[in-house]
Amino acid sequence: MNKRVLWVIGLFGALVLLLAAGLGLNPREVPSPLVGKPAPNFELPLLQEPDKTFSAKQELGKVWLLNVWASWCVACREEHETLVAYSKSGGAPLYGLNYKDQRAEGMRWLARYGNPYRASFYDADGRVGIDYGVYGVPETYVIDKRGVIRYKRIGPVTPELLEKTLVPLVRELERE
Amino acid sequence: MAAEAPPAADDPALEKRVLDLAAELRCLVCQNQTLADSNADLALDLRRQIREQLKAGKSEKQVVEFLVDRYGDFVLYNPPLKASTLLLWFGPFLLLALGAWLLARRIRRQAAAPAPALSEAERVRAEKLLGGQ
Repeated sequence: MNKRVLWVIGLFGALVLLLAAGLGLNPREVPSPLVGKPAPNFELPLLQEPDKTFSAKQELGKVWLLNVWASWCVACREEHETLVAYSKSGGAPLYGLNYKDQRAEGMRWLARYGNPYRASFYDADGRVGIDYGVYGVPETYVIDKRGVIRYKRIGPVTPELLEKTLVPLVRELERE
Repeated sequence: MAAEAPPAADDPALEKRVLDLAAELRCLVCQNQTLADSNADLALDLRRQIREQLKAGKSEKQVVEFLVDRYGDFVLYNPPLKASTLLLWFGPFLLLALGAWLLARRIRRQAAAPAPALSEAERVRAEKLLGGQ
């Protein structure tokens, strides 16, 4: 009888541990297969100067961050303050992919909430987003000097993520 | 945001291929739906991608590869059979087998245990209850 009770308690304990581990995970998160692969090249018109373009290749040799945002995205507002603060702190250049937005709305949003981006470019139909495996907004990529995606954040950038993960990563990549 | 109107079925054969393939892929926004069922923006965009690629002559396999390259295995509605998914696929059967084995063991043990002897009073009572006399 005692042995059986121990077995049951042990099994129950193991299940509780599994449950605790599972509850800490985000079931909606889809890890990107692009981490470790070259960032897909693209050329898009700038949001604020549509006759000029941005191409991913032009950042080769530099560490940079690509943040996917939209004026209709509520969660983007959560991270915006953090991004604005980061852009003022002199870190790696931050570029914005304005995803499936209206140009005028995008510009209005930046004027209203601040513009942390060295430049934003306009992905009207989301095709560049598909190439980058974007499925939710906001998402943020860290790209190294060789143009390889080294990290992808799904969801808003929190001050903690910035401090504990992104800033150290950028620093490390800049040393490469 | 209003959804764009679906394209006119100018090529029903192509549309069927698109929807058949979309039914095997997952919508990453509404993750319990297939790309065929979901009306999320991304689902519309990806169905458009599928349509364009099939129209351009790509095979179903190539389109799937295109999506898996960008979104990973999760975009497949049925998880692929790989080393990392063996437990996912066969786990329930293993648990069933384990349960059946434990049950069988228990039954055998009970069958092997001798029935306890009845006292005279219990024997009489049992016979009465069983309808004998």
